[in-house]
Amino acid sequence: MYDLIIVNAWLIPLLPFVAFAVISLFFHRWPGISAGISIFSIAFSFLLATGIARVVFSQPGGAVYEFTTRWLDISGLQVDMGLLLDPLSALMLLVVTSIAALVQIYSLGYMKDDPGFASYYAYQSLFAASMLGLVIANNFGQMFVFWELVGICSYFLIGFWFGRDSAKNAAIKAFVTNRVGDFGFLLGILFLQILFGTLNFAGLAEALPGYANAAILIPVAILLFTGPMGKSAMFPLHVWLPDAMEGPTPVSALIHAATMVAAGVYLVARAFFIFSSVPEAMTVIAFVGGFTALFAATIALVQNDIKRILAYSTLSQLGYMMMAMGIGAMTAGMFHLTTHAFFKSLLFLGAGSVIHAMAGEQDIWKMGNLHKKMPVTTWTFIIGALALSGIPPLSGFWSKDEILLGAFASGHYGLYILGAFVAFLTAFYMFRLIFVAFFGKNQAGEKAHESPGVMTVPLIILAAAAVLVGFVNSPFMHHIFGTFISHPAGIQPHSSNMIMVSSALIALAGIAMAWLIYQKEAINHLVMRSKFKNIYELLLNKYYIDEIYERMGSILVYGGARVMYWIDIHIVNGFVDLTARLTGKSGDTLKYTEDGQVQSYAMYMAVGVLILIVLATMAAVSVIV
Amino acid sequence: MIGLPHYILLGSVLFSIGLFGVLSRRNAVAVLMSVELMLNAVNINFVAANKFIASDAAVGQLLAIFVIVVAACEIAVGLALIIAVYRQRRSVDLSDFNLLKW
Repeated sequence: MYDLIIVNAWLIPLLPFVAFAVISLFFHRWPGISAGISIFSIAFSFLLATGIARVVFSQPGGAVYEFTTRWLDISGLQVDMGLLLDPLSALMLLVVTSIAALVQIYSLGYMKDDPGFASYYAYQSLFAASMLGLVIANNFGQMFVFWELVGICSYFLIGFWFGRDSAKNAAIKAFVTNRVGDFGFLLGILFLQILFGTLNFAGLAEALPGYANAAILIPVAILLFTGPMGKSAMFPLHVWLPDAMEGPTPVSALIHAATMVAAGVYLVARAFFIFSSVPEAMTVIAFVGGFTALFAATIALVQNDIKRILAYSTLSQLGYMMMAMGIGAMTAGMFHLTTHAFFKSLLFLGAGSVIHAMAGEQDIWKMGNLHKKMPVTTWTFIIGALALSGIPPLSGFWSKDEILLGAFASGHYGLYILGAFVAFLTAFYMFRLIFVAFFGKNQAGEKAHESPGVMTVPLIILAAAAVLVGFVNSPFMHHIFGTFISHPAGIQPHSSNMIMVSSALIALAGIAMAWLIYQKEAINHLVMRSKFKNIYELLLNKYYIDEIYERMGSILVYGGARVMYWIDIHIVNGFVDLTARLTGKSGDTLKYTEDGQVQSYAMYMAVGVLILIVLATMAAVSVIV
Repeated sequence: MIGLPHYILLGSVLFSIGLFGVLSRRNAVAVLMSVELMLNAVNINFVAANKFIASDAAVGQLLAIFVIVVAACEIAVGLALIIAVYRQRRSVDLSDFNLLKW
């Protein structure tokens, strides 16, 4: 008999969904009640998730529970739906529910007095329900449904302030970009259904090793990977994520930093048995991830908007996770996902606290000296930044180190050097942000005030998590994380002191460099800027990717439209015109037979009869002959 | 020996002459007369066929008489129409009656 809490796991996504339904149906005019329902439901889901985690993690290696029910049964097609509770989903349940709960509490302060307060909480609940449904799905079909649902929630919440054109456009951009990825993802899923006749993860894992035609799995795996590329914003589908910062900051923290964008990484981990059996796909994943990590980190170096710096940092870290997946370090990738969820949501909420205090100002150069007025925000933000930079013993250190170790141990030296360089850039841009915004000479920060308790308490909790969660996969706790979250095909190298020390030193070097340039001003950054004007412009304009897409888009759309216009005018219209003209012409010609002379008509009749007689005679003759 | 082909040939010739008259005469009265010719050609066919082919002696004869009756009615109605048209148009030339053209 299963544990009571296990059989009631379906409540976890259902509770927030009920909250969403109740808020949008009955309480959309009562903001306070709406927020209460939403927070209560997610808190209850969190409790359930901890209960499930307790059961799942109570056995060495983790217990696995699966419940399946037939949803659709027509001849030749059976569609199942079900729940899968294993260490991977239990971990994600914990991460999603805890961060969602904290973000919703924080939003009480951040979204206070917003006219859309109730609908904000409705969307938050819908998002939580969708994300949790995605996490516990036991097959690709069900996952895809929730995958789309989180996408639509993301769309709603990016465009939450739809009165602003930029928010509206960003929402549409996110939706369309994701559609490109999801199209490939859906194709990949359909291929799996055709090839194996099942979408169940366990069923596929069973059928896959014996599959004879391995070559066809390469395109299938790469198609499947386009979904994560869209959702986790991998190059070249990364363009939507920085613009998604138009949404409220708690949304950026929850959806566009901690959970939804990590869904792509989660999917790769979930389908690791597919990807790991296709080395070509693994190479693609590793290099797309590595490239995105470097690409986004370089852009983050020169951005001036506090949220955009964090957004590019998120892109870069997601690239890191993907790279880890691609080199086979699935444990490290999921570990980094977990730690990143905590410290990146901490950073975003900290940024939100700053923006809240600065009355909407997001330019770091217009802040400065915030540490005097906002001590809690400042110190929690610094903890988050230290964790992100990978300073021991904070969580980011353990997970980032694990990835670098994986790259080094599996012989991907190029990716190792790239990862180390990105770690340096990460430390640099994070502390550039901190030195400029929190300790800068600009006195604008003097006007700021510390945020209320509902905002600072989540910051403190997340800061504690950012410090502590890393230990679960550290030598101090015997790498217990890796005993639960792993895959036989993945790699789990033994830790190496050399890598640990070097990655810590790299992070420190990045911080030192930021300190030299932006705090001590030993090197004048304005001089640097004018010296490397071309590179600076290139980075500031995000490698002109948006412009290139726009150009390509307009060539495609306008070119296509022109071709279609030509076809419409000359072929479709031409055909219609031809029909009309033919009818008219033939009528014009034939009308003269209608001359009103009764004798002409008699003549036609006689000729007709004559022809019939001739035909009948010929037929009779041919029968006789 | 005069047999069925001769009668049929005579009927065909008469019918063709009648048809030619119907198609070519401009005078409406002449057209009506040509129609009579065609009807009589048919009568010859009926009677001849009755004589040479049919076992029952009466059917062809009866049909011929029936056609004569119908022809008499037809000529009466036709002439009445011609007179009515003549009162309107002062003409019996069919080529003048072309109001129903395009």
